[in-house]
Amino acid sequence: MKSLLLPPHPKERRIVFKNAWTQGYTPDIECYLKDGGYEELRKALAMKPAEIIDEVKKSNLRGRGGAAFPCGVKWGFIRHDDGKPHYITCNGDESEPGTFKDRYILNNDPHQLIEGMAIAAFALNVHLAYIYIRCEFTKSAGIVTKAIEEAKAKGFLGKNILGTGFDLEIYVHQGAGAYICGEETSLIESIEGKRPYPRIKPPYFPAVLGLYMSPTIVNNVETLCHVKQIFKLGSEEYSKMGTPGDGGTRVMCVSGDVMRPGPYEIPVGGVTLGELINDVCGGMKPGRKLKAIIPGGSSSKVMRAGEVYKMKVKGPDGEMIEKDVPLLDITMDAASLAAAGTMIGSAGVIVMDDSRSMLWALNNLNTFYAHESCGQCTPCREGVLWIDKMTTRMVNGEGIAQDPITLKNVADNIAGRTVCAFGEAASWPVQSFLEKFPEEFAVGAK
Amino acid sequence: MDKQETHTTGISQSDRIPADLLFRIDEAVTHYPISKRSASLPLLHLWQNHFGFIDDSAVNWISKRLDLEPINILELVTFYPWFRQQPAGKVCIRVCRTLSCALAGGFEVRDAFCTAAGINPNAEMHGHTPPVSADGKFSVEFVECLASCGSGPVALINDDLVEDITPEGAAGILSQYH
Ligand SMILES: Cc1cc2nc3c(=O)[nH]c(=O)nc-3n(C[C@H](O)[C@H](O)[C@H](O)COP(=O)(O)O)c2cc1C
Ligand code: FES
Repeated sequence: MKSLLLPPHPKERRIVFKNAWTQGYTPDIECYLKDGGYEELRKALAMKPAEIIDEVKKSNLRGRGGAAFPCGVKWGFIRHDDGKPHYITCNGDESEPGTFKDRYILNNDPHQLIEGMAIAAFALNVHLAYIYIRCEFTKSAGIVTKAIEEAKAKGFLGKNILGTGFDLEIYVHQGAGAYICGEETSLIESIEGKRPYPRIKPPYFPAVLGLYMSPTIVNNVETLCHVKQIFKLGSEEYSKMGTPGDGGTRVMCVSGDVMRPGPYEIPVGGVTLGELINDVCGGMKPGRKLKAIIPGGSSSKVMRAGEVYKMKVKGPDGEMIEKDVPLLDITMDAASLAAAGTMIGSAGVIVMDDSRSMLWALNNLNTFYAHESCGQCTPCREGVLWIDKMTTRMVNGEGIAQDPITLKNVADNIAGRTVCAFGEAASWPVQSFLEKFPEEFAVGAK
Repeated sequence: MDKQETHTTGISQSDRIPADLLFRIDEAVTHYPISKRSASLPLLHLWQNHFGFIDDSAVNWISKRLDLEPINILELVTFYPWFRQQPAGKVCIRVCRTLSCALAGGFEVRDAFCTAAGINPNAEMHGHTPPVSADGKFSVEFVECLASCGSGPVALINDDLVEDITPEGAAGILSQYH
C-alpha cells in the first residue's frame, strides 16, 4: 500500500497505525516492548475490572467494525460474577468491500491487538478468547499465532499473567472465504464449527447467549487496539480527539477514483468528506469530477456529488437547529453520516468519478451480495439473486421499463425481513442508487 | 505443500495421512477445550493445505475424528467458498472481483491472467471449482473483496497478495510461479 510509505498527512494522527508503517518495525515482541508495549496491560491489571470498563465508557470509543456501538456500553452488558464462562471473539474477518485496515494491524503490529484483548479479557472475566481471521489473509494467522506464543513466553498471556493470578488463552481461528462470518453471530456459529447462519436477536445477543451459549463480547480488531490506546493516553485525552460521544481516531479507508487511495488514521470528525478526498487523498484523477461517494463500506447508502443535506446540528447557543450542509462539508463521524441518511459503517470510503456508470457500479455490488448471502432467510436468498439478475440484464442493455420499480420493490421486501443485517446491507445500495441516480436506471431500463 | 499429489493415484486421502499432518490435527483440536466440533474448520484447512482439496474420505475421517456425522463436515465444505472438492491449479490465482478493484481494472486483469494461463476467460469463475489450465498448472477465479481495496486490482496467488496489477504485467507475474 503505497500511501502508507508517505509521511503522515497533517490531518492524520497515527496512533493505532503508529508502528505499522515505521521503518524497521517488525511484528516481533522485542519491537513492541521497545515501544513501551504491554505497559498498559500492567496498568490495567492493577485496576478493578469495573474501573477499566468505566475508562472505556468515558473514552467514548465506538466499535470500528460497522455498527459504531459504544464499546464501554457493550462491555457493561457482561455481569462479571454471574458464574458463567465469558468469551471474547475478535472480529478480523474484514470483508466489507472498501475496508482495508485490520489486515495491516494483524500483519504488522499484532501485539497491539493482543494487549488490547488481554485488557478487555481482564475487565470482562474472560479466560478463553479467539481471534477470527479471514483465511485470505494467508500470512496473518501465522504472524498472530507467533505473537501469541511470544506474549505467552513473556508472561503476558497464559497462566498467572504477570503474577496476578489471571489466566488467559488466545487462539486464532481462520475463516474460509464467507463474508457473512463478519456478522457477529455468524462468526460465533463459525467458531462453533457450524454452517455460519446468523442467530436471531433477541434472544441471541452475544453478550447474553454468545459463543457456546455464554456471554461473549465480539469486537473488531481496530476497536481492541483502541482499547490499548485509551490506557496509554487516558480516557480524557483519548476522547478529546473525537467528537462528543464518538472518541478517538479511526482508520478511514479510501479507495476508488482518487489520486492517493489508502487507509488514513484521522481523529473522528477531524475531516470533512471534501478534505478527505481533496487534501488527504490528493483529489480526483486529472480531468475528472466527483460523481458519487459510498462512505462506510459497500453496504452504506451512496451519496451524490452536489447534494445538500438538511442536518440537525448544535447551534451557537447549544440548541439543535436545522442547517443545510453540502456533501463535501459533512464530517467523518457516526452521527454526521447518520444525519445525512447514510452511515460511517466500517469507514470504507469508495469514491467514483464522472466516468463511471452507477448502474454498472450497483450491479457489481449486487453480484457481491448474491454471492455472499448465506441462504438462511428466504427474502434475502431469493431477493439478492433477482436483484443481481435484473441489474445484470440492464447492464447488458436488455432491461425493461419496469425494472427500476421491480428492483426497488425487491429491495424493500428484503430489508427488515431477515435474521441479520445482511438484508439491509444488500438492500441499501439498491435503494440508494435508485433514489440518487434515477436517470441512469431509466436509461438502463430503456 | 504438496498440492495436487493425490487425485491421480486414486487412493483415498484418508489412507495417506502423514504423521506431521496428524500431529497438527491433534494440536488444533486442543485449541477448543469447550467443543471439539469447533475444530472442524481448522481441520479442513489443514487437510486442504496438504492435499489440495477435500475428498469424500476426508469428510468421513474428519467427522469421525470429531465425533460428528459426515454431513456436519460436508455442509461446511459446500458452504465455504474456500474449500474445494476438486483440485485447483498448482498455481492458484484468485482475482478480486469487487467494486474498488473493478474500478481500477480488475476485470481486465482477470482476462489477462486467463490469457497468460491458457484458460478460457468465459468459463464460470465464481464457484468452488475454478477452471484449470490443461497442464494443471494454473487456475483462475474471481473472489470477493480481499480487503486491499486501496491498492487494486489485487489478486491472491497461492499465498501471496499481489497489488496494483496491470493487464500488461499479468504474464510477468505468472512467470515467477513456474
Ligand atoms: C453482513 C455483516 C458483515 C459484517 N462484517 C464485519 C467485518 O468484516 N468485520 C467487523 O469487524 N465487523 C463486521 N460486521 C459487524 C459485526 O457484526 C459487529 O458489529 C462488530 O464486529 C462488533 O465489533 P465492534 O463493536 O468493535 O465494531 C458485520 C456485520 C454484518 C451485518
Ligand atoms: S475491492 Fe478488491 S480488495 Fe476490496
